[in-house]
This record gives sequence, C-alpha cells and structure tokens, in this order.
Amino acid sequence: MNNELLNEFTFFILAIFVGIEVISKVPTILHTPLMSGTNAIHGIILVGAIVIAAGANSPLTIALGLVAVILATTNVVGGFVVTDRMLEMFKGRQAAKPPASK
Amino acid sequence: MSLLIALAYLVAAVLFILGLRQLSSPKGARNGNFTAAAGMVIAIGATIPLLHFTRAGLVIIGIGVAIGAVVGTFGARMVKMTAIPQMVALFNGVGGGAAALVAVSELLTFGAHPALSQALPSVFSIVIGSISFAGSMIAFAKLQELVTGTPITYPGQQLVNGLIAVAILGFVIAVIAVASVPFSFIALMVLALVLGVAFVLPIGGADMPVVISLLNAFTGLAVAASGFTLNNFALIVAGTLVGASGSLLTKLMSDAMGRSLGNVLFGAFGQVKTGPAAAAGKEGRSVRAGSAEDLATLLAYSRRVIIVPGYGLAVAQAQHAVRELAELLEKRGVEVSYAIHPVAGRMPGHMNVLLAEANVPYEQLKEMDEINDEFKDADVALVVGANDVVNPAARSSPGSPIYGMPILNADQAKNIVFMKRSMRPGFAGIDNDLLYDPKTIMFFGDAKDSLTKLVNAVKAA
Repeated sequence: MNNELLNEFTFFILAIFVGIEVISKVPTILHTPLMSGTNAIHGIILVGAIVIAAGANSPLTIALGLVAVILATTNVVGGFVVTDRMLEMFKGRQAAKPPASK
Repeated sequence: MSLLIALAYLVAAVLFILGLRQLSSPKGARNGNFTAAAGMVIAIGATIPLLHFTRAGLVIIGIGVAIGAVVGTFGARMVKMTAIPQMVALFNGVGGGAAALVAVSELLTFGAHPALSQALPSVFSIVIGSISFAGSMIAFAKLQELVTGTPITYPGQQLVNGLIAVAILGFVIAVIAVASVPFSFIALMVLALVLGVAFVLPIGGADMPVVISLLNAFTGLAVAASGFTLNNFALIVAGTLVGASGSLLTKLMSDAMGRSLGNVLFGAFGQVKTGPAAAAGKEGRSVRAGSAEDLATLLAYSRRVIIVPGYGLAVAQAQHAVRELAELLEKRGVEVSYAIHPVAGRMPGHMNVLLAEANVPYEQLKEMDEINDEFKDADVALVVGANDVVNPAARSSPGSPIYGMPILNADQAKNIVFMKRSMRPGFAGIDNDLLYDPKTIMFFGDAKDSLTKLVNAVKAA
C-alpha cells in the first residue's frame, strides 16, 4: 500500500514536469485550442465516474453516480468536439468556402 | 490493478502527452486532438472489463453516457465561435463537478475513519472540484452577459471570502481528524461552491479567460486527487498534466496582460486608482471622422496596411468582411497583415481562431513581438473593434489601470483608422488618447456594416 502510494506520487511529480515542458512550446495562436484540449483531457474523470457508478446500489450512490457520469461525459465529448471545431479552421489558404452561414 | 490495465493506462498517458505536443504546431494540432481522444477511448475501454457492475450501475452508466454525449456534442457543435470561451468554461466546470462527486462517493464507502492517504485527496478533490464548478458557472454567466461583466464588490468582501475559506479548512480537519460523516463533506461541498461563486464575482469580465484557465488547472488537480483516492494512475497522470500545463498557461495569459496573477484575481480593475491621465482627456477634444470614400482612397493607395482586429470585430461577425477587404487590397498590390495582440478577443489565440474561420491564411497573422517594429513603416493601421490593446496610456501613464500592459504600436503608423461603434471606451473602461490623435481618422458604425461599405468603396476606387 505504501509502495503503491509512493508509485502514485512519483507519477504525480513526473507528470508535473512533463505538463510544463510540453506546454512551454505552444505558440500563442494555439492557446485557445490548447486550453480547450487540456480541458477535454481532464474529462478522464469519466473513468472515475464509471468506477463509482458501476457499484451503485443505493438511491444515494445511484444518484451520485448518474450525475457524475453525465457531467464527466459532457466534459469529454464536448471538450474534444469543440477543440476539433476550432482546429478544423487552421488550414491555411485554400479554396474559399462559402461564407459561414451564421 | 492488473498488468493489462496498467499497460493500457500507460499507452493512454503517452497518447495524452503526444497529443499535447502535436497541439504545438498549427498543422499537427488537429491530429493532436485526435491522439488525445484516442488515449481517452483506450483509458475508458480498459477500465470497463475489470469492473463488477450492479444492474443499477450498468443502467446509470448507459443513460449518463448517452445524455452527456448528446449534450456535449450538441453544445460544442451549436456554439458560435465568439462564444467559445464561455463554452470552455462550461465544459471545464462540469468536469470539476464530476471530480467532486466521485470523491464524495468514495468517502461514503470509506466509513467514518478513512486512512489519511484516502481522506486527504478526497477532501481536496471535493473542495477544488466544487470551486471549479461554481466558479466556471459564474465565468460562463459573465461572458454570456447573464451577469454583469463589471466586478461585483461590496464592503468586507475579502473578510467574508476569508471566513468561508476558514470554515472550509475547519470541515477539512473535521473530516480527516474527527469523523468522515456525510454531513461534514456535504457541508464542505456547499461551502466550496459558495467560495467558487464569491471568488469569481469580483473579477471583471475582461479577466475571465485568465480565470477560466486557472479553473481549468484546478479541475485537473481535482481529477488527479480523485485518482489518488481511487488508486487510478490514468486519473493521476492526466489530471496532473492538465494541472501543470493549465497553471503555466494561466501565467502566460496574465503575463500577456502585463499583470501578475494576484492582481488579476484580487485587485479588480475598479480598485486601481483612475489616475490623472485617465480622467484628464474626456472633455473638449475633437476627433476626425472620415467617410467610406476617404478611407477607401487612403487604403487603396497605400503600400502597407496592418489590420488590428479586436473583440468588436468578433461580435459583429465581421471576420469574413475583413478578409474580403484584405483580399481586395492585396489584388491592388497592397501588402496586408494582421497584428494579433496576445489578448485580442477574449482569450489568447481567440482572434486567430475567428480569423481562421474566415479563411484568413495564418501566414498573414502576426504576433505582437513580430509585428510591432513594422508599424512605423505601415501607411495605415486599421483598427477594427479594438481599443485597449492600442491604447498608448499603457506605455505612458503610470496612473492608468492598464499601465505596463504590452500594446501594439499602432500609434506609430502614418495613419490610423479606427472602426468603432462609438467613442465609448473599451472593455477596461479607459479613455484612449489615440482616438484624438491628429493622425487618426474615425469611422463610426458596426464593424461589419463599416467594412462592407469600405469594401464597396474600395471596389469603386
């Protein structure tokens, strides 16, 4: 158990360095997609939500599990889709598409 | 944890890191997002076979994933490009909420006296996740203008916020050291939600991007903490990656505004002294307004034009009109580029996204450091719906609230054309001396209408 905790802590510390290192190379113009992309990645909480929901067996745990799964899925799906929508546009010059119908 | 699941999580973690790295170049960015999404699918897929589902568990997971997927897809597809920042806030908030609920569920199963290694991350996740949830909702409401964008302050606010924080600390100690009972951690969650609201209300709408970025990092940390509670490596690694990168991004964003993070969070614009420089100018100065024809002639016979887009352009949905104007000018041999201030729009990079949507080639988009020396050679700086980012007060008036913020040197161009709806000051609420500069020509009206008029006039010129 203590050993596992130590392992987890090691991963935690290393991930801090990797997170900072990876981001420091991103140009300003990609900051919004980047924020949105990292936002989608913390949707990994869906794994946690599924773990707790799987064992739900009382009205309280069912309610908690259901809400947690809904919120986490919204985070994951919305996060990746909205990021993709932004990045879709970084295509450089090409045949002009018809002006967006907004 | 079985070997297989550990390996799957390792693969997922690598994919997240690679995805983030691909996001660092405009060409690879979209693949980066797919890479990260693949990591997510692997992490979730590997988790499921190992679980023992209750019947109810299976049902709520099915329903929950279906609802979340529909809401997420619908929200992300429907949102207008100008509303992206508040959408990110919303998606971030729900993640924080999920992390808090996961931690609550875990605490319920631990009994009254959990080990410190379980209780500590759980309460951390509840507090930080709830703050992120409530704070993100307020940030959303402010950007969506459901709540006023101006800082909401009242006497003794800091004291009240401080007391809430102390109460939270009290319950944290109670849960860890006395007894982990539902009353304590529900109270903890409620107090943290209140603190999230109270924390964001006094921050001005212009600073919301920094706040969203900070709350994004918070959610990452809450997720990592939930990972410690559940002994789940995928959560720890992915959550920490986001926590670390989000913190750095937050710092970069406040740096771009020339302010410290502390100043953004606690020194609401309104409290900074207004100083003599800001108050002096208002009355009795005249501005020069031009007609579309005047401006068309000026632009069409220039050699170099630098366009400075701002949020006004985004609100008016004028990104297509501005691209049309730029293409017309280029056909006439005018060299056109766009000067993008780091905080143009509502988020760093926001303006690039909007212009990219209108098919402006990103080779024409120049960042501030890259283009600032070129303004003095430009015949016209065309400022469309921007204000604070070209306000020379940031350079010259120590009394001004934006003093020290790096700005675009539009004032050094031979002519400055301002497209604005009115003489109203920008988002920061400060008068702009550049509007009264003799080199400046004002062109009043909605950015899109004005640009359309200008396009027609240039065609005729």
